[in-house]
Amino acid sequence: MKQPRHEAQSAASSKIADNAEEHLCIRDLHAYYGESHILHGLNIEVWRGDVVTLLGRNGAGRSTTLRAIMGLVDKRSGSILLSGTETVQLPPYRIARLGVAFCPEERAIFASLNVEENLMLPPIVGTGGMSIEEIYSLFPNLAERRKSQGTRLSGGEQQMLAIARILRTGADLLLLDEITEGLAPVIVERLSEVIALLKQRRYTVILAEQPSFAAPLADRNYIIEHGQVVEEIAAEEMEAKHELVESYLSV
Amino acid sequence: MDEIFGFPPQLLFAQIFMGLINGSFYAVLSLGLAIIFGLLRIINFSHGAMYMLGAFSAWFGLQYLGINYWIALVLAPLAVGLFGLLIERTMLRRIRHVDHLYGLLLTFGIALILEGALVQFFGVAGQRYPTPDELQGGINLGFMFLPYYRAWVIIASVVICLVTWLIIERTKIGAYLRAGTENPDMVQAFGINVPLMTSLTYGFGVALSAFAGVLAAPIVSVSPYMGSNLIIVVFAVVVIGGMGSLLGAVITGLALGVIEGLTKVFYSEAAGLVIFMIMIIVLLVRPAGLFGRPE
Ligand SMILES: Nc1ncnc2c1ncn2[C@@H]1O[C@H](COP(=O)(O)OP(=O)(O)O)[C@@H](O)[C@H]1O
Ligand SMILES: [Mg+2]
Repeated sequence: MKQPRHEAQSAASSKIADNAEEHLCIRDLHAYYGESHILHGLNIEVWRGDVVTLLGRNGAGRSTTLRAIMGLVDKRSGSILLSGTETVQLPPYRIARLGVAFCPEERAIFASLNVEENLMLPPIVGTGGMSIEEIYSLFPNLAERRKSQGTRLSGGEQQMLAIARILRTGADLLLLDEITEGLAPVIVERLSEVIALLKQRRYTVILAEQPSFAAPLADRNYIIEHGQVVEEIAAEEMEAKHELVESYLSV
Repeated sequence: MDEIFGFPPQLLFAQIFMGLINGSFYAVLSLGLAIIFGLLRIINFSHGAMYMLGAFSAWFGLQYLGINYWIALVLAPLAVGLFGLLIERTMLRRIRHVDHLYGLLLTFGIALILEGALVQFFGVAGQRYPTPDELQGGINLGFMFLPYYRAWVIIASVVICLVTWLIIERTKIGAYLRAGTENPDMVQAFGINVPLMTSLTYGFGVALSAFAGVLAAPIVSVSPYMGSNLIIVVFAVVVIGGMGSLLGAVITGLALGVIEGLTKVFYSEAAGLVIFMIMIIVLLVRPAGLFGRPE
């Protein structure tokens, strides 16, 4: 617990030197589903334009972290600052309006809506979102199938749709939960291009992911275990700390 | 053409027509129930009481405030809808996180209180509500006599159902509602005020019921228990149609009204039972209902 603290400090100070803006600051976050206490004092700091990953074993609490940022847990305590605004007491729709968008693990494509309706569903919450033309050129399959029922798409297409739908809204903090899970390698490749594009456009992205996908894209990696951050590893240290990461993630 | 299956056509048409009128009420009420169930996952047992409140407020408005039928047709649903919204805000919301059975019990309790209160003030005897002047009389179609008011009831019901359906299927607000029915958390995570949408939905479902109540006022007697008699049948209609489909609720409502009417012609002893018998068969063969998707 001590070491990551220091690294957070150093990452922070170098960012301050760059005049970077702190986008998300989570302090001592606790989260609960009903009576189950899942997150135990989690600390994360994310700078605008960063791509950050949450790594960990299944059940470590990565999804819960993303859901807690979005307000989708039964109870939260601690502090979640979004560009300086405290959000830990806000309902999810207010948090969304501050420019946060969530792509859940189960994708949550709506069966009663067609592709286009799914895509157009989330309201605009900020400026600078992608236009519908841009989204269709990025994901041509979605354009072809715009009148299909959302859940008739293949797994890969549904994932594209789940991401595309939050790119339109102008949200600039994207929470992406296991977007590559169960998808074919070509689609995973496509998704990594999309993340690279998002990074280029200075979106802030938090990925709950497998290291094989996430490490090449990430500026920083948090390893989560039992609802706490146990390691914080900068991109350039990932090579050197390969074995440490492995030991945390092996079952 | 003097007989159809051995029955005089006048009788047959008259009963089909009566069936369509009943079916109109079934359709509007079960549509409201299905909309409410979709978002709140509550079987609204006070739906019949809201229908009764609609009729009663029309009657009260005419009797004491000089509010005519047409204005009542707009005001009563608004007032009852607002009342429903308050019930959702102050009570249903608090029990959202516990078993949905509690919602059923709570709404049942509300129905009993409303009915009891009205009995206290107005007694159980039915009140007469006059047919509006514009719709007095009727026309002889040759094969049957068509009272204008009853034709209006069918038209108004079908139109309100269609408009509701179109709003839900074709507008952005409808898309939020459909999406919220599937996954309210996700819709909220997109920035939609789902708690507000839920209150409005309950208010709207209840307003539909009150609208049906005003429509019914001139053709039934307005009494505190008018809703509880009807709502049992409407629940059966909803079970048969399946909770999942709004259009299914409307079609099932109309069709079962007609079936009930025809049963009166062919085997009148079973007329009160036929819907429940169909319900039992549907439950055995297709538990999710004719239009429902198994969960
Ligand atoms: N809806 C829920 N209700 C109760 N416990 C849950 C729920 N969702 C997840 N959990 C528990 O929370 C813990 C963390 O889960 P999760 O955040 O999904 O882990 P990860 O995404 O890292 O695999 C697990 O022990 C899981 O069983
Ligand atoms: Mg997960």
